[in-house]
Amino acid sequence: MAQAEGLDKLLSEHPFFRDMDTKVRGIVAGCAKNEVFEAGQYVFNEGGQADKFYILRHGSIAIEVDVPSREPLILETVNDGEIFGWSWIVPPYRRTFDARTLELCRIVSLDAKCLRGKMEKDHSLGYEFYKRFIPVMAERLGAARLQLLDLYGNPRA
Amino acid sequence: MADPMTPEPFRIERVSRELADTFTLDLVPVGDKRDFDFQPGQFNMLYHFGVGEVPISISGDAGTKGRVTHTVRAVGTVTESMADLKKGDMVGVRGPFGSTWPMELAEGHDVVIVTGGIGLAPLRPAIYHVLANRGKYGRVAILYGARTPSDILYREELEAWSARLDVSVEATVDTAGTDWTGNVGVVTKLLPRGNFDGRDAVALVCGPEVMMRFTVHALNDQGVTNDCIFVSMERNMKCAVGFCGHCQFGSRFVCKDGPVFRFDQIEDIFRVKGI
Repeated sequence: MAQAEGLDKLLSEHPFFRDMDTKVRGIVAGCAKNEVFEAGQYVFNEGGQADKFYILRHGSIAIEVDVPSREPLILETVNDGEIFGWSWIVPPYRRTFDARTLELCRIVSLDAKCLRGKMEKDHSLGYEFYKRFIPVMAERLGAARLQLLDLYGNPRA
Repeated sequence: MADPMTPEPFRIERVSRELADTFTLDLVPVGDKRDFDFQPGQFNMLYHFGVGEVPISISGDAGTKGRVTHTVRAVGTVTESMADLKKGDMVGVRGPFGSTWPMELAEGHDVVIVTGGIGLAPLRPAIYHVLANRGKYGRVAILYGARTPSDILYREELEAWSARLDVSVEATVDTAGTDWTGNVGVVTKLLPRGNFDGRDAVALVCGPEVMMRFTVHALNDQGVTNDCIFVSMERNMKCAVGFCGHCQFGSRFVCKDGPVFRFDQIEDIFRVKGI
């Protein structure tokens, strides 16, 4: 219980959860736990079940893809305060990329199975989460499209 | 400037290979014009004898007299040919031309410099100026985006600026291999980490136009208003003095009225397709 209270405070200070109803945030905190990953560890892997999502409290994480017969490619890095692992909210809840720590990372993980169950029973809770996650997903999609433009590439190449 | 249409002879003092397609030329005047003064943000017309003339931003320190520095990317017939120039070769120089970064206006305010790719070259004189007059400015953030880690321009200088305690420097790349431990993602994502007060900041932006469009949005999100955002535009400049009309940008000429514009003065045409 003490840890849940600590996590509730932590969530209340995070922009993602700050304006969430206190009672609802308490439910979310009940599904949260602190985790520590050493540098070079995988938080999740492509194809795995998306049973958690994460708040990166401290550190940096590479979202990367393994390319056969080539070096793995880093698509994006996630830094302090950012949310990652949004596959938990989109069926079939499967990871699309790998997440590897670039340094020691302190992370809050949230049990997605637990939250999905609560969201199914309480659609207003589901609305609270979709309202918050859609901007995260839209930002990632927009950034990915800009990266696809290869803006800095040599036009003659 | 005696005659803005007549190139002055300059000798190449040094050629530095920056990236696979990018090089820097240090030029010294050899004609009557023994000194060369410019302001950060301006450009010269460089004439590669027998090949052609191109507008290139000045990328060196305005405080260094008697030498002018240009960083050139080989993207066309003239610049690709220029890549073969060596120390001792001659080029023609017309200039300096164009408007300048608002270095005096920015005094007393935070300065956020957002740039991508070769766009760092026109901003380097502004960075030199800010660092040489550090006490006149508030917090300083330099945010830079490149294609890959091997495409980071002036990497040693970026690392040196990053080591200073009075400047916030962040770089990001569009893609990277696993040996890269820095940021990957678009340059706008660096803005919230830039450590500046958007309500009291002057932003200097230079890069591909699409990047600048999105950067303006992201700066607005940080509280920077359009009258405090300055962008450096690029168009097909030929005469550099507003005669030929090649670089017309709405009612303005980029060569004469720009290349540096205050964003609120061009925002009505900035997003108009085809201009």
